[in-house]
Amino acid sequence: MATTQLSAPPLKPYPVIPILEVGAMAGTKSFPANAQIQQALGFPGELVEDWHDKAIAKLGELLGKYRSLKVYLDACVHCGACTDKCHYFLGTGDPKNMPVARQDLLRKVYRRHFTWSGKLFPKLVGAEDLTKEVLDDWYSYFNQCSECRRCSVYCPYGIDTAEITMAAREVMDSIGLGTKYTNEIIGKVHRVGNNLGLPGPALQDTLSSIEEDLKEETGLDIRLPVNEKGAEVLLVTPSADFFAEPHVYSLMGYAKVFHAAGISWTLSTHASEAANFGMFIGNYAQMQKIATRVRESVLDLGAKRLVVGECGHAWRAAYSFWNTLIGPFDFLDPNYPVPQHICELTYDLIQRGALSFDKGANDKYVVTFHDSCNVARASRMGSLPGGQFEIPRAIIRAVAHKFVDMNPETIREKTFCCGGGGGILTDDLLEVRVKGALPRMEALQAVVESDGVNFMATICAICKAQFSKVLPYYKFNMGMVGGVHQLVGNAIRLGPK
Amino acid sequence: MTTATVVFALLLYAAALLGAAGLAWRIRDYARTPAPLKIPTTPAPTSTGGVVLRMLREVTLFESLFKANLWIWLFGWMFHVSLALVLARHLRYFTEPVWFWVVWIQPFGLYAGLAMAAGLAGLWARRFLVERIRYISTPSDHLMLALLLGIALSGLSMKFLDHTDIIAVKAYALGLIFFDWQPLPAHLGLYVHLFLVALLMGIFPYSKLLHAPGVFFSPGRNQADNPRERRHLAPWAAELDKAKL
Repeated sequence: MATTQLSAPPLKPYPVIPILEVGAMAGTKSFPANAQIQQALGFPGELVEDWHDKAIAKLGELLGKYRSLKVYLDACVHCGACTDKCHYFLGTGDPKNMPVARQDLLRKVYRRHFTWSGKLFPKLVGAEDLTKEVLDDWYSYFNQCSECRRCSVYCPYGIDTAEITMAAREVMDSIGLGTKYTNEIIGKVHRVGNNLGLPGPALQDTLSSIEEDLKEETGLDIRLPVNEKGAEVLLVTPSADFFAEPHVYSLMGYAKVFHAAGISWTLSTHASEAANFGMFIGNYAQMQKIATRVRESVLDLGAKRLVVGECGHAWRAAYSFWNTLIGPFDFLDPNYPVPQHICELTYDLIQRGALSFDKGANDKYVVTFHDSCNVARASRMGSLPGGQFEIPRAIIRAVAHKFVDMNPETIREKTFCCGGGGGILTDDLLEVRVKGALPRMEALQAVVESDGVNFMATICAICKAQFSKVLPYYKFNMGMVGGVHQLVGNAIRLGPK
Repeated sequence: MTTATVVFALLLYAAALLGAAGLAWRIRDYARTPAPLKIPTTPAPTSTGGVVLRMLREVTLFESLFKANLWIWLFGWMFHVSLALVLARHLRYFTEPVWFWVVWIQPFGLYAGLAMAAGLAGLWARRFLVERIRYISTPSDHLMLALLLGIALSGLSMKFLDHTDIIAVKAYALGLIFFDWQPLPAHLGLYVHLFLVALLMGIFPYSKLLHAPGVFFSPGRNQADNPRERRHLAPWAAELDKAKL
């Protein structure tokens, strides 16, 4: 691990597009999954003998299943609009981290095998066969993409590198080349029910101790119910909320909201994970299998509403995919959106005057908000487009006095990834993570200097973990990052009104 | 009937056929390939009407490109709008009597020819001058610009430098449409122009020019943001669904 000498790139007062450094990140590779991890998901344990033919066949299969892949591989004109949009390129200068160049790693193989021009005139159209060198590039660079979709905002054809990365990862998994981080976690969810591999009894213990902390803090019996049949709401939240800091403060925030609003709710040990890493590897069946636990839990517990905690890609999976993967949800209360984001729930309660706040409790903070990529560019909250930007900000304004936004080029749908999304949040990719955080850190630095910002709220477990790790590399306090419901929890008035 | 008349007639027929058939094949392929998941780039319109508007903005104003890079947008938009005007202006060679609006846009079409060449030159310059774009450019990226610029310049040369017999050209064009071949004027600029146009038509569906139909099939742009309201299920996913639940 290259952790000893790793230092962050310098923060510049304004964004600068780097000079190309060819091959700068070629050697930075996510640890490969071992045979046991791979086979648990039904993938080959190691690189198969006839990997070339198998890979081409898999690519052909995916081209028939995903219109996105087929159209996106055809449509690119190399205009260059995306070349300066990826945080990993901006942080590393490696040209293969430019979205178009990353796509071209797959596109050149597609051209060689699936287009006439590439079969007849490979040199002319930049077509190339899948050699071992190309496969090595795939493994390096498709595991340096966080599938954040920022490039797709700017592409004149909406080409989404995330779709290309997912396809490439699926091809690699099918020939035995998975990453340890993502595939091990998927296995844990299948076996235990959550990414952390936290078994039911341990989860119950943890929740009891959080209840004690809440009692100590508030003097009230604020509950964190688990597996309670007949509760109105089933909350599915990233398992990091149970264990990690600052995540757990948001969990406490949810509990306080439910308590104050008098909504009966429960967690589930069977579906103790909102995250769905099946998405990261572009594997529909894995994604469906993970999501199925949620359907089973909500049916088993008889809940009437399905609410999702603070997690970016989980909200994409829930909002955009659950209805497809595990729907329909016609047995749930039709008066509420299914699934509903915890921010939607809290915002709705605020609108109805059901919650009151002591905003002074957050006066020690000057707050800014980091839009998480999957919430910003792959989902929605509320009934209007863009609600995913307005609702979390409205909540923050309702619970804190001091709020400022970062540079408009770095928020809302133009937000920069934290640098850890899409299966990159692993220490073997620490260099990628630290450098990839550069654009966000520059935007943060600007509001720290201009407005004294000392708290960056976000609604994603990965963002929280990633920032906690990389903020110190940029000389920021790691405690600067936290959840929106952490702020809610600080300010909410509990007990009799 | 000169050799050139016959050669160009056959060439243009072949190119049109190759282009149209290939395009129909690609479009059919796109249309029949399922999109199993809802993946619009959000914020996205929540209704079909909104999607139509988004797509219209995308293909007429190049909205996303405008957000991305003003230089590429300027040159790219200038080229495409000019090309549309130039093509419309050329309708006068294929219609008799000439439609009133085609008559009306003639002078604009002429300026558009110049703007088109300027836009292409700008786009091409970027491929040399900007390091990132130089890195991603393939030989075909350069050749495509050369081809389009060749078409523009050979066309402009016939307007500003060396006129051809435009009446005879029109007779030739109408003759091709009605399978009643008329002689093609012997003119080098015209030969170059027609040859390059035939080449462009022929390679259209086998090249990156597929971005033109492709944009309409891009799930990131053509899907409505309504996954909670409406269950979206592709046929192959529905099969899995039956097996699983």
